[in-house]
Amino acid sequence: MTSEAGACPLVGGASLCACARGLAHGGGAGAGWPFAEPPLLLTVSHSQITRLYSRFTSLDKGENGTLSREDFQRIPELAINPLGDRIINAFFPEGEDQVNFRGFMRTLAHFRPIEDNEKSKDQNGPEPLNSRSNKLHCKKYEPSYTIAFRLYDLDKDDKISRDELLQVLRMMVGVNISDEQLGSIADRTIQEADQDGDSAISFAEFVKVLEKVDVEQKMSIRFLH
Amino acid sequence: MFLLLPFDSLVVNLLGISLTVLFTLLLVFIIVPAIFGVSFGIRKVYMKTLLKIFQWATLRIERGAKEKNHPLYKPYVNGIIAKEPTSLEEEIKEIRRSGSGKALDTPEFELSDIFYFCRKGIETIMDDEVTKRFSAEELESWNLLSRTNYNFQYISLRLTVLWGLGMLIRYCFLLPLRIALAFTGISLLVTGTTVVGYLPNGRCKEFLSKHVHLMCYRICVRALTAIITYHDRENRPRNGGICVANHTSPIDVIILASDGYYAMVGQIHGGLMGVIQRAMVKACPHVWFERSEVRDRHLVAKRCDRLTEHVQDKSKLPILIFPEGTCINNTSVMMFKKGSFEIGATVYPVAIKYDPQFGDAFWNSSKYGMVTYLLRMMTSWAIVCSVWYLPPMTRQPEEDAVQFANRVKSAIARQGGLVDLLWDGGLKREKVKDTFKEEQQKLYSKMIVGNHEDRSRS
Repeated sequence: MTSEAGACPLVGGASLCACARGLAHGGGAGAGWPFAEPPLLLTVSHSQITRLYSRFTSLDKGENGTLSREDFQRIPELAINPLGDRIINAFFPEGEDQVNFRGFMRTLAHFRPIEDNEKSKDQNGPEPLNSRSNKLHCKKYEPSYTIAFRLYDLDKDDKISRDELLQVLRMMVGVNISDEQLGSIADRTIQEADQDGDSAISFAEFVKVLEKVDVEQKMSIRFLH
Repeated sequence: MFLLLPFDSLVVNLLGISLTVLFTLLLVFIIVPAIFGVSFGIRKVYMKTLLKIFQWATLRIERGAKEKNHPLYKPYVNGIIAKEPTSLEEEIKEIRRSGSGKALDTPEFELSDIFYFCRKGIETIMDDEVTKRFSAEELESWNLLSRTNYNFQYISLRLTVLWGLGMLIRYCFLLPLRIALAFTGISLLVTGTTVVGYLPNGRCKEFLSKHVHLMCYRICVRALTAIITYHDRENRPRNGGICVANHTSPIDVIILASDGYYAMVGQIHGGLMGVIQRAMVKACPHVWFERSEVRDRHLVAKRCDRLTEHVQDKSKLPILIFPEGTCINNTSVMMFKKGSFEIGATVYPVAIKYDPQFGDAFWNSSKYGMVTYLLRMMTSWAIVCSVWYLPPMTRQPEEDAVQFANRVKSAIARQGGLVDLLWDGGLKREKVKDTFKEEQQKLYSKMIVGNHEDRSRS
């Protein structure tokens, strides 16, 4: 932590308090949000932002305000995670090699536990099956589903094909399972989930398979204090 | 004007002489007790006074923050997120249980399995157990050093004055005193051991060598204003044994060697360190390795032989070894290298715990060089630490060197109140081995296909 503890790393010279409030109300593209996707509705407290900023700077060995893939790979527990590389990719937008604190927070915000008053908003459950692919990227209601789907769907065509599923399976099991076995596992999974017969799992089908899993509880991370 | 000149120089001379006399008296006042191993207890009083001042300073900062209605940045040493210590199997079963009503005993793949890896990965990005061990610990209350302050904007005028005063005392009074003491200590060590080295081998030489070493280390301890509390001194390492301790900084050597006479093991350095090492080995059988020997893996056996030979001679001094191999920040104990535990001698574990409030002793070798580090040490308030001598341990017949090393490590961690980690301290500089990832993959494959099926046909 440097002496600029008061200045906000997200919004220029504004204090961290104002920034946290801004984030809480989903400050729009005008707040300097760098990506085209709409911002998330999230409430992160002042101390949580400060703590994460401290973490960001400790990971940033080059001290240039951005993290590269090597900075993430330096975390041993992440390097031994079979899906470590894919998770790291989730932080970097298309074609970029560096992520700044804004981007860092944006990805991490997917994992913050949802407050009770927000839970009541998504009582209606996942989006209806006939939603347009644009809505897939509106993360207001299913932040965790989208990140998980992205881990499978590498080419971002909003479908998990057999090859993509095989790739992820291979990453998770290493050399311990043969190709044939893995292939049959993938086929069975697609068969069970696929409803429109295109031999691939779309986002809606993905959500349907997981509707009973308490995703928000399994994917959320609780801050101490 | 001519009348003033000689008067001026007289004043200056008097001032110079009185300062020198004061300085020398102070040195003598500190060195003489060091020679005889007694203490007046001044350092303990100093420590108590400092503690009171720090508490007052922290209260002032908290008050300042409350007045401005801002939350204070408080570092939390126990991590920032809640982590549950469950295994891969348990967690994935949990996820599957909540997802479907299917029988859980049949191993199969579920799309929801990915949640486990995803969440674990993000958790480690937010807060992991390893990388934070390689940087200095954050303090909960301020100790009037600018290097540890995270809340600059809440310091009142009174506090700033106090901080300025503290800085003046540390840099203008304590620092020159400490440097003078260090200089005396090191030169006495070099000359003393060289002189003793000329004596013929025998009891007289041993006696003198021991006392020269002890005396010089005690002077060095005072040069750092190290306030050390030794516990359980009846368990101190005996001849023919190996003393192992957790490693935080090169100062560990000074702290342990000022209370006992050890044979040291290490690499020969160049420069001043090399001169000291070469002088020391004349009086006492330390084991220094050439730099090339340390790097070459084939010579590992040769090194172990040298150590074994030393240890088997029961009259030889206990060897001091730091099995972690690198400096860790004193919040945890990392993997002990098994080499010293294979030799078969009695192991005397020692736990060293520093109190970072008075000065953080951790040497972050990627950030500071040796000289900068020593200067930082000498401009802190003091180095306060506790040393626990644990009862000796020997390797049981049914355990191998690695298990023995882990057992010793746990005992040290428990005594010192440190976190016991299995990670290798070498991760400070190197990448983690792929075998750990392969272990995770193996565990997960068991969950998908079970143990009995044929796996490695690819």
